Amino acid sequence: MGKTIAEKIFDAHLVDEPFKGTHVLSLDVVMCHEITTPVAIADLKWRKKDRIFDPTKIKAVIDHVTPSKDSKSATQAKIIREWAQQHGIKDFFDVGANGVCHALFPEKGFIRPGYTVIMGDSHTCTHGAFGAFAAGVGTTDLEVGILKGVCAFRPPKSIKVEISGEMQKGVFAKDVILEVIRTLTVNGATDHVIEFCGSLVETMNMEERMTLCNMAIEAGGTSGQCMPDRVTAEYLWPFITSDYNNDFEAAVEDFKKWHSDPDAQYAKTLTIDVTDLKPVATVGFKPDQVKALADLEDTTIDQVYIGSCTNGRISDLRIAAEVTKGKKLAPGVRGIVSPATPEIYRQAMKEGLLDIFMDAGYCIANPTCGACLGMSTGVLAEGEVCVSTTNRNFNGRMGKGGMVHLASPASAAASGITGHLTDPVQYMG
Amino acid sequence: MKQFGGPVLFLDRSDINTDEIIPAKYLTEVKKEALAPYLLEDLNLEGFDPAGEWRGKARVVLTRDNFGCGSSREHAPWALEVNDITCVIASSYARIFRQNMFNGGMLAIELPAEKVEEIFALKDKGEVICDVDVEGKKLTFSFKDGKKEIDFSLSQFDEALVKSGGWVEFADNKY
Repeated sequence: MGKTIAEKIFDAHLVDEPFKGTHVLSLDVVMCHEITTPVAIADLKWRKKDRIFDPTKIKAVIDHVTPSKDSKSATQAKIIREWAQQHGIKDFFDVGANGVCHALFPEKGFIRPGYTVIMGDSHTCTHGAFGAFAAGVGTTDLEVGILKGVCAFRPPKSIKVEISGEMQKGVFAKDVILEVIRTLTVNGATDHVIEFCGSLVETMNMEERMTLCNMAIEAGGTSGQCMPDRVTAEYLWPFITSDYNNDFEAAVEDFKKWHSDPDAQYAKTLTIDVTDLKPVATVGFKPDQVKALADLEDTTIDQVYIGSCTNGRISDLRIAAEVTKGKKLAPGVRGIVSPATPEIYRQAMKEGLLDIFMDAGYCIANPTCGACLGMSTGVLAEGEVCVSTTNRNFNGRMGKGGMVHLASPASAAASGITGHLTDPVQYMG
Repeated sequence: MKQFGGPVLFLDRSDINTDEIIPAKYLTEVKKEALAPYLLEDLNLEGFDPAGEWRGKARVVLTRDNFGCGSSREHAPWALEVNDITCVIASSYARIFRQNMFNGGMLAIELPAEKVEEIFALKDKGEVICDVDVEGKKLTFSFKDGKKEIDFSLSQFDEALVKSGGWVEFADNKY
């Protein structure tokens, strides 16, 4: 019987099966940020186990609240900073070099097809876009990952999501994943890996694939995954050239060992043709509550937020800038753009995108998770409404009593111009 | 092993998420105890009062589907733990939350939806106390005019984590 990519990765990393149904895997990368890691560090110290399994396999960043906003966040930053220094973790990113973890780490080339990756952050599933098994975990799993380089999972069951058709003008990867979540529901993929495949996914670039995989958790998925291919190899090429003796085709060929077999078994297969899909946004407090933007145009907004690990990448900023160019934010609407990494920030500056946003009245924030989870840089007041390129619309998420409508960068930018939720199609070139 | 059991808090809704259990603005706390007053502060549930009589009294939470969905923050189980709520009963959980509970030596008991419904039916009988027998895998609900027993199961791994006091000790001894 054939195997899925997740099953192949599990087989290759199995350290132990202490009980039936419990697979302890070796980890290739353990990622850390300043919100969930300091408690793990403190606990390891308390247990007199302040060790790490391999400093080259631990990557750390300060991204959720940065630069620190108060004494407490400064303390968190200090704990992870000192720990990284003490243990010789070279891949540590602090103020000036730091960006949103799931945008920064791929940009640095830390992920490979077939890798196992954990982080104390639910959107770690993003890295599955490279054909890795990447899962969000809590602080205790992270702590054991740091200490021992292992993590326990149930054997993976996969849901195949086959996406075909052509995206119409104004429709983007974000609209596609919101449609997938609407179909699967918020717990439709719990304890499953979502395997994204099909003709549309094959033509998507890595940034679009990351947007898909980023939101697998919003359907409950352990991870999202895409088959590593030529597109993956092109993205990773600067980091893997010497591994493949400068032979690009060898890399593409090698990546195929991480493809699901044609006769692999799936718990479920979902087929989606996006040809008739319209630009969408969420309504309410669950990410599966999704409607066409054209039906939501009477929803007025107070804020536009463009950023985060879902849609704060350069292609997202380009689209939002294209929509915004020569226009102004509607009176009374606040706009915030947070390029997800310093590289993206610099590129957006070079391309004149920041000028477009600033001319329209946007505030350009530094790379940070910021308002996405209501911690800093754009939190809403009671009763305020935000259209956001982020990934979660829970009650109180961006600030107590606030309402978040998740949408694509194009839709968010178009809504900023009109002052209400808006189908971006009329603003697309 | 932790202590389990006591008065039940009924949270009659599915998809209660981690932001509702503990909002992100409190995640700058490094000490778990500091989370105690904020448990369920943003819970979107009709008739639920975050400052209600359940505080300081409830030891067990009963809820529906997909409890703990959303963030990986272990602050969610910790916020329960520092309020002495070490056992949650639900018809299903989000994966990370569920693992976090067992990793900390706590119980996330999963029961079929019809059993959960039977327990919710006790809600109108005044205070309901749940006794948890981990060895015998039995829950006993006591209320004014009676008792109700329900069996549960745990995977071998989950049981080992509960008995060894969590994943850190288990893993450090073994790997």
